[in-house]
Amino acid sequence: MSLSLIRTVLLTAFSFCSAARSLSTSVHLQAQGNVSGVMLTCEKWKMPIPFSQYNSKSKKTLAKPGVKNIVLVDGVRTPFLQSGTTYADLMPHDLARAALQGLLNRTGLPKDAVDYIVYGTVIQEVKTSNVAREAALGAGFSDKTPAHTVTMACISSNQAMTTAVGLIAAGQCDAVVAGGVEFMSDVPIRHSRKMRKTMLSLNKAKTLGARLSLLGSIRLAHLSPELPAVAEFSTAETMGHSADRLAAAFGVSRLEQDEFALRSHTLAKKAQDGGMLSDVISFKVPGRDIVSKDNGIRPATMEQLAKLKPAFIKPHGTVTAANSSFLTDGASAVLIMSEEKALAMGYKPKAYLRDFVYVSQDPKDQLLLGPTYATPKVLEKSGLTLNDIDVFEFHEAFAGQIMANLKAMESDWFAQTYMGRKTKVGAPPMEKFNTWGGSLSLGHPFAATGCRLVTTVAHRLQKEGGQYGLVAACAAGGQGHAMVIEAYPQ
Amino acid sequence: MAGVRALGSLSRLTTRRYNLTMFPGVTRRTFRVAACMMARTHVNYEIKGDVAVIRMNDPSARVNTLSVQMQREMTEVMDEVWGNSAVQSVVLISSKPGSFIAGADLNMIQACTTAEEVTLLSQEGQKMFEKIEKSPKPIVAAINGSCLGGGFEFAIACQYRIATKSKKTVLGCPEVMLGLLPGAGGTQRLPKMLGLPSAFDVVLTGRSIRPDKAKKMGLVHQLVDTLGPGLKSPEERTIEYLEEVAVEAARGLAKKQIPLTKEKGLMQKIQDYVMSYPFVRQQIYNTVQKKVMKQTKGLYPAPLKIIECVKAGLEQGPTAGYLAESQNFGKLAMTPESKALIGLYHGQVTCKKNRFGTPEKEVKALAVLGAGLMGAGIAQVSVDKGIHTILKDTTLEGLSRGEQQVYKGLNDKTKKKSITTFERDSFLSNLTGQLDYNGFNKADMVIEAVFEDLSIKHKVLKEVEAVIPPHCIFATNTSALPIKDIAAVSKRPEKVIGMHYFSPVDKMQLLEIITTDKTSKDTTASAVAVGLKQGKVIIVVGDGPGFYTTRCLAPMLAEAVRVLQEGVDPKKLDSLTTGFGFPVGAATLADEVGIDVAAHVAEDLGKAFGSRFGGGNIEFLKSMVDKGFKGRKSGKGCYIYQPGLKRRDVNTEALEILESYKLTPNAAISSDSDIQYRLVSRFVNEAVLCLQEGILANPVEGDIGAVFGLGFPPCLGGPFRFVDSFGADKLVEKMRKFEEVFGNQFTPCQLLLDHAKDPSKKFHK
Repeated sequence: MSLSLIRTVLLTAFSFCSAARSLSTSVHLQAQGNVSGVMLTCEKWKMPIPFSQYNSKSKKTLAKPGVKNIVLVDGVRTPFLQSGTTYADLMPHDLARAALQGLLNRTGLPKDAVDYIVYGTVIQEVKTSNVAREAALGAGFSDKTPAHTVTMACISSNQAMTTAVGLIAAGQCDAVVAGGVEFMSDVPIRHSRKMRKTMLSLNKAKTLGARLSLLGSIRLAHLSPELPAVAEFSTAETMGHSADRLAAAFGVSRLEQDEFALRSHTLAKKAQDGGMLSDVISFKVPGRDIVSKDNGIRPATMEQLAKLKPAFIKPHGTVTAANSSFLTDGASAVLIMSEEKALAMGYKPKAYLRDFVYVSQDPKDQLLLGPTYATPKVLEKSGLTLNDIDVFEFHEAFAGQIMANLKAMESDWFAQTYMGRKTKVGAPPMEKFNTWGGSLSLGHPFAATGCRLVTTVAHRLQKEGGQYGLVAACAAGGQGHAMVIEAYPQ
Repeated sequence: MAGVRALGSLSRLTTRRYNLTMFPGVTRRTFRVAACMMARTHVNYEIKGDVAVIRMNDPSARVNTLSVQMQREMTEVMDEVWGNSAVQSVVLISSKPGSFIAGADLNMIQACTTAEEVTLLSQEGQKMFEKIEKSPKPIVAAINGSCLGGGFEFAIACQYRIATKSKKTVLGCPEVMLGLLPGAGGTQRLPKMLGLPSAFDVVLTGRSIRPDKAKKMGLVHQLVDTLGPGLKSPEERTIEYLEEVAVEAARGLAKKQIPLTKEKGLMQKIQDYVMSYPFVRQQIYNTVQKKVMKQTKGLYPAPLKIIECVKAGLEQGPTAGYLAESQNFGKLAMTPESKALIGLYHGQVTCKKNRFGTPEKEVKALAVLGAGLMGAGIAQVSVDKGIHTILKDTTLEGLSRGEQQVYKGLNDKTKKKSITTFERDSFLSNLTGQLDYNGFNKADMVIEAVFEDLSIKHKVLKEVEAVIPPHCIFATNTSALPIKDIAAVSKRPEKVIGMHYFSPVDKMQLLEIITTDKTSKDTTASAVAVGLKQGKVIIVVGDGPGFYTTRCLAPMLAEAVRVLQEGVDPKKLDSLTTGFGFPVGAATLADEVGIDVAAHVAEDLGKAFGSRFGGGNIEFLKSMVDKGFKGRKSGKGCYIYQPGLKRRDVNTEALEILESYKLTPNAAISSDSDIQYRLVSRFVNEAVLCLQEGILANPVEGDIGAVFGLGFPPCLGGPFRFVDSFGADKLVEKMRKFEEVFGNQFTPCQLLLDHAKDPSKKFHK
């Protein structure tokens, strides 16, 4: 996901807000029993197959000799809220604290049993640059538990989790908490470089005269603030713009994108109503009500979606506010342990975390193609094919990005020309794909999404009875990640 | 060598920006006959719903041009489209990646023998575009790649323009650089579209306009991004995408959902109001005219004719305007200036090709010795082309200065937005600055740019040969030392070659490559390949003192010194040379080159060629150097240079030195014109002698070398074209007059005499 999504809202705030308002009206209507009508509108997208169908399968385990089995004990997240809503007055570490405390509550984990904490974040609050440590202390973890913060754009918490896996595999730790937080309701806005320079010199100025002359050097232009990077640093292109170009490159139409966005919202709504999103914990926001549900899910009609104007490429672009993920506040956390330790502590793990890969490619033209590159690589590593996977959870940065990735994975030409592979890997079947909604509808707090994906795979495997799950995500900088997850025997 | 800063508009004329077909008329004509019998080959169309998509693709060339064939087929297709009631709007697009229409077919114009024929061509174009402009069905020009000259005029006749943001997409009318004018309505439509000042800017400079700028100016209505990898190649898909967007726009226009006229901004309204006064317009004409006269010294007729056409259109109405345009176009096509400029254009295209074939091994790792002005310049033009470059110097200070020069050169480009800061950084990552020979064992080529002293060059060559791999080429950047003398100490002289860059390296287009009789063909091919990669126009010449360029310049500068000694003020000398068409005056040139370098070269070449290279007194130059007057670099030369000051005063101390070397001018050969011809004839005679002696391979390279390296007047097309157009006999006659006074310095060479005797002999056919 993206830093540049900031722009989605900063720049299209007005149109977005009004769209959101009109969309939310429809949510209420549908909540009153009109859901089936919505589903008709997207019948093109196959709905999930009842999980009973998967039960007959029995496949080999991916355990490797000499490699420790590492398990996901459990995962939680705060409700994901559109930024600027109920969380607006918090600080990032408050959200992270909530997720960590929620994890402790959920698992009943003794606080001193945690060897290490790794946390991801993208937009850093300057006061808590090691947000992992601040949140851990605030959440009541032992002050003897070290914590560090990682950043890798939208796959930051994936990086946190794989760091944890690494620490355990290397025999340095047995129980690690990983997670991620993103807080977009407040972002650091800096003074201009010239102003900062003046202010720093002012600190050093000794005499009154020197100070006055420095103050006198301030010009009106120096006062204009610097917003956080809204674009890919290397190319200066905003992510939405890049997504629009990517969609065009793969010939993804506006209709396809709107249909996918609607699918995401519809499925998310169904999952929420059906109580599937059990990783969400309730969170009492100081001074506000208890929050226990994601607030960005709003299935609309195709007509409503079609009315929106393109958000980035005008007038002919196809990416709109409604078919992009929105700016979100939220935090997530997972407990990762070696299998022996988990069993010794009496836990029933949810899943094995198996092979994972990180990939990176051209940040200009292939910015969001991470899943396409990562999927075949991680499958190969695990000795699996696409058909072996029962559950797919891909990060939905933009509907256009997902559709482009699906088309790229389905193309022999792309595989041969750009990936140096003999054949395509194939696109995941839609009935196994993001069936509980995705970042488009649930929300996308950049550094918290990775843990949501992994926890969702574990939960879906349990519910649907499948054995293997695959997580894949793209990230700013043209990077990508994929991980194979194996269900823990029931 | 020379520090020729401004080469006039021509130096900006590059093949990439201005592609005109180079196919000889003969092949084209035979093809045309065959094409008549076949179906349409250049233009076809497809009806997509109610939109006709017209696609252009010249199958015989790399780029589309408005050839006779293209125009005929286009007329046919347009008639069919207009006659088809199902079609509501039209999209015009090229199927060629990188070229919409690169211009008119130059051969078509060159094939004409009279102005009337060319006028007729222009009028046909005008008529065709008038029909386009008045089309009842809106036409959208979907532009990807070069949209220049006639192609640009075609596009601006359409109702709507959409362009891709591709780096290859450029718009503009470069006709003025070829001594012509936009002859198919360009001088009439642009003032109406852009307003008078911007229109003059576009037409008179001929500069290429990038898409974002074009959008700002209102030349295009909509921009389309280039696409990356998808299910097809990026180029193919980008064109498809452009077409999709254009088709939508065409529908919108036909349904009047997209307005054709844009609401004018306040500034625009004010400008229009001001311009409605004839008095104001007159002032603009005068100002522009004055500016043109100042810059061209009246040596280039095209800009003046352009002003005339614009004026006729605005003051006397479109009929008079279009008539003036077509007639002036005809007249200009017949001028020697236009022929010279077109000749240079062709020559430049030739010199952008490697006539030595593909080298066995591509140079990927380069090492440059000496981080001075030249060395750093060479490094700069290499790193931004992706060549890994080691920049080696002997001192930390020298290295630091050199690396800073490279950084500054690239950083200035980010300021002009031609590259991003990220690109700058990634280019700089190709540069390694160091003081030792570490990594030279992996170098494919070493270019030395150390001090011009044979013993230092020998020392460096031996040191380098001890560390480089066997395939590595040793190139020496020198402006005068014979390569064979440098190669004398080499263990592998077949790998030694001269690469003479011109300062400032990142601005000057020319590279003079010097081969000895021992240099292998592959070494030459490799050096040319590197030069081409660095973006240079290349001439390959034989070895000898001063090679070609320095050898031509030296006698002219010797004459310039004599002229100064005869009491002509440096400013006067400058105005005489610039008045002849040189972009930089002789006195300024000496300062730019460096008085010390000039003295050094004059002495060396004087020894090699004897009294023919005499004239001015070398002792004068030496006295200047002794006083520290080394030219611009030392702050004082013929002029005084003060940082931050544009105004230059004549260095009175230099004049005092001149006093002691004073010569009495011979009144019979000291008129302004005589002085000009004294300077030029020595230059030209030496150039012809280089061809006679085989230093030069052909007159084309001679012309290109003189214009692009030394600033020989572009309007004259180079020394050889000058001889052709001026007449060898007339030149010989002038030289004989000077010879009587000054002796063998003005003795015409045999080849020149041959041409003088037989007027049918021409250097250029």
